[in-house]
Amino acid sequence: MQPTDIRNPDYFHKVVDCQWACPAHTPVPEYIRLIAAGRYSDAYLVNWKSNVFPGILGRTCDRPCEPACRRGRVEEAQQAKPEPVAICRLKRVTADYKDDDDVKKRIAAGKKTKSNGKKIVCIGAGPASLTVARDLAPLGYEVTVFDQDPRAGGMIWSQIPRFRLPLEVIDEEVNYILDLGVSFKQRKITSMKEVMKEGYDAIFVGSGAPRGRDLDIPGRKEGAKNIHIGIDWLSSVSFGHTTKIGKRVIVLGGGNTAMDCCRTSKRIGGEDVKVIVRSGFDEMKASPWEKEDAQHEGIPIMNFLVPKSFITQGGKLTGMTFEKVKAVYDDKGKRSLVSTGEPDQAFECDDVLVAVGQENSFPWIEKDCGIEFDKWGLPVLDKATFQASVPNVFFGGDSAFGPKNIIWAVAHGHDAAVSIDKLLNSEDLKLRPAPGVTLVSQKMGIHEWSYDNEIAGDARYKVPWADIKATLKNVKMEVELGFDVATAWKEAQRCLNCDVQTVFTDKLCIECDACVDICPMDCISFVPNAEEEVLRKNLNAPATNLTQDLYVSGPLKTMRVMAKDEDVCLHCGLCAERCPTGAWDMQKFLAEMTYAGDGCRNHQNQKKKAA
Amino acid sequence: MTFLAKPKLHHPTLPKNKLGFTRRDYEGKVSTLCAGCGHDSISAALIQAFWELDIQPHRVAKMSGIGCSSKTPDYFLGQSHGFNTVHGRMPSVLTGANLANRDLIYLGVSGDGDSASIGLGQFAHVMRRGVNMTYILENNGVYGLTKGQFSATADKGSKAKKGSINADSAIDTVSLALLMGATFVARSFSGDKHQLVPLVKAAIAHQGAAFIDVISPCVAFNNHAGSTKSYEYIREHNEAVNRLDFWPTREAITVDYSAGGVIEVPTHDGSILKLRKLHEDYDPSDKINASAMIASAAVKGEVLTGLLYVAPDAEDLHAHLNTYETAFNTLGEKELCPGSAMLEKINAGLR
Repeated sequence: MQPTDIRNPDYFHKVVDCQWACPAHTPVPEYIRLIAAGRYSDAYLVNWKSNVFPGILGRTCDRPCEPACRRGRVEEAQQAKPEPVAICRLKRVTADYKDDDDVKKRIAAGKKTKSNGKKIVCIGAGPASLTVARDLAPLGYEVTVFDQDPRAGGMIWSQIPRFRLPLEVIDEEVNYILDLGVSFKQRKITSMKEVMKEGYDAIFVGSGAPRGRDLDIPGRKEGAKNIHIGIDWLSSVSFGHTTKIGKRVIVLGGGNTAMDCCRTSKRIGGEDVKVIVRSGFDEMKASPWEKEDAQHEGIPIMNFLVPKSFITQGGKLTGMTFEKVKAVYDDKGKRSLVSTGEPDQAFECDDVLVAVGQENSFPWIEKDCGIEFDKWGLPVLDKATFQASVPNVFFGGDSAFGPKNIIWAVAHGHDAAVSIDKLLNSEDLKLRPAPGVTLVSQKMGIHEWSYDNEIAGDARYKVPWADIKATLKNVKMEVELGFDVATAWKEAQRCLNCDVQTVFTDKLCIECDACVDICPMDCISFVPNAEEEVLRKNLNAPATNLTQDLYVSGPLKTMRVMAKDEDVCLHCGLCAERCPTGAWDMQKFLAEMTYAGDGCRNHQNQKKKAA
Repeated sequence: MTFLAKPKLHHPTLPKNKLGFTRRDYEGKVSTLCAGCGHDSISAALIQAFWELDIQPHRVAKMSGIGCSSKTPDYFLGQSHGFNTVHGRMPSVLTGANLANRDLIYLGVSGDGDSASIGLGQFAHVMRRGVNMTYILENNGVYGLTKGQFSATADKGSKAKKGSINADSAIDTVSLALLMGATFVARSFSGDKHQLVPLVKAAIAHQGAAFIDVISPCVAFNNHAGSTKSYEYIREHNEAVNRLDFWPTREAITVDYSAGGVIEVPTHDGSILKLRKLHEDYDPSDKINASAMIASAAVKGEVLTGLLYVAPDAEDLHAHLNTYETAFNTLGEKELCPGSAMLEKINAGLR
């Protein structure tokens, strides 16, 4: 193999599994260390800069970071249940224990008093739009956000139930953004052309995927009064329009919306609430922890049942029938659900909530306004810049590439803001600077580091819950209580500090084997060089996880190479402590993503002018 | 060294031996030696060897004297017996222990100061008595604990870190062991575990005095240009006479060797030593030839490594003394004090 080029900013970024997996690339180990140090406000602001909604995401994020977390892999075969660090709930810790006044002051310091004369409009006040506003307002842009609802927040507040996310948390974080001088107005946009005529320099569409998919099976019309579309129903509960539901409720669908529907039902009158899904339990789209939460509240999840019809009597819904199916896989591994041949199963119910997916819908964008759509009804966009076929129109969040989640919407918002900033500075949108990267030695003394390199053996800590009897009675009472300070500290100790990299300098190595002998995970080998496939087998411990890179040095004096499998490295720094020559060093890698503002601009125009 | 204990976490695929232990279960406390010390690599090789041999740690007694090397038994086999003796007196304490309990596996760990200076006499006698043990000499050519004076194994003409040249002749512990009657003599290098681990395994299986001189560079005081015990010097001058493969039983041999160039040496316990010849005319069962080869290599400036001599028909101290087969420490009062009638009988036999 060729020696690893650690100058490539992606190499070490990939080693920080959580940060790499996060769409917004939040520097997770950095804020976890700040939590451990009790610096909650600083930890909050690290998050705020990157993901904009730490308190909201700390309760509701889809957590792509956690399945990626190295801790889960290193605990394999030694912890009864290997689990990642509770990254998401530690994020909530930063919001819970920060100094509110201090944070408010520091955020407000970014407020620009002088306008740069450019006007931006964001359509829809969800996470994508609010991120664009947050990134652009401090640069002097005049940002206006429109939403059909009287509150800003979009799906964060209309679709996510209050028992998962209290109103105060939403208001606090939405207001941080609005207080930067962003103006929010309730206005239902009915015509894109109209907005285009209003003289905005750029238009950002963050209107989400607002249409819940319906289920067109026999009995749908007759039972319509008691059949509700999941997201509309949740929104209606959020706004207080709906305050009760029948005693027997069937929720159709296996995603997180279905989980929110069933848990909400249980709190406003539903006694016999069940979730019924087409697929198998394991293939459900809902996050595992959301399924667990539903089951914990006594809601059964029944699988492999395909809805066949609604049963009505005298125009009133009385139940549903389902076909029993099983999963069959073809040669290519493609799954299809085929009937088991057993008789259909019927369930009685008073209400049905349909949560079988969401769709994009842009009835307010005129066909002839210049914005092109593809055959799936999604806008034609540049994947990197989020620019539509009309150059000053951008899409982000669910409205760009279909339904995803909050953290993706935030990531889209950041990128769209960069595009808008570049466009309005007459720059090429496609020339986007790579993230800024720093790599700094953490050495303080012979065996002292500026990070805590002792590895905690603790298993993952559980977030305490409020009493289930009380929470099931009150749709607004938050179920999760969050970590207390002591538990948060202990959970923070489980983080392996994967951003503190093992950096190897081949010229200094005397091949004494000290690092090989001390490495608890057998990550380091000195072997004859070979092609990657061969090398992976020849290491002290086989490197079977192909998603994790091998770190390979140049040839050493014996013509062997140092090959390190990044997969299960604990970042404990013992290799560097045992290295007599400093060939190993522990260096903190920090990737600063490129946000709108001076840092994202290449100044190619200025250069042209100078020339 | 490091202040932290090595984390308990290990690689998810770390294999277990027949006893259900991983290699990590044979570790000891965290080393307090200097970073890069060859002794730590030897500890790692010992851990590997004992793990591979499926030896129950509590069947092992580790004995050592004084010095950097003699600290190391604390850093491996944390579940074994140990005795840190007076300087240079490990062989006599070990001999005593071996006489009292012949059932344990004895590992003596010593250094060049402990064995070639203050303990030279003890070293000579434990070899000639044929005490059943594995004697590991961690040889770095300097007194590390007292900041780098030449030891008795430093080569004549080699240079100290501060520049002085050694004028004294070196004691070649391998030649001395051969001369004194050791029945298993080897030399290896801490930086070559592929060579060292099988040698340690074979030495443990050997029923007699097995001696391994392991050159182990002192990174702090003897790893500079002009030193003949540095990583670089040993790598350049290492002349391996053979490659050893150790097979615990005859049935376990599965590797096909090309004919010729391989010597099989059976041992008492049924294990097999397979030696791949690297030197055309080197025969490790020929003691006189071995001595001559070691001497001529030294003249050429080569460091001869590998299994230098092994006597397949070795006997140990217990055989020499014709002692009782049961370990003395398990004998009861009745066996140990057979009574005045027996004493009379013995006395009568001596009159």
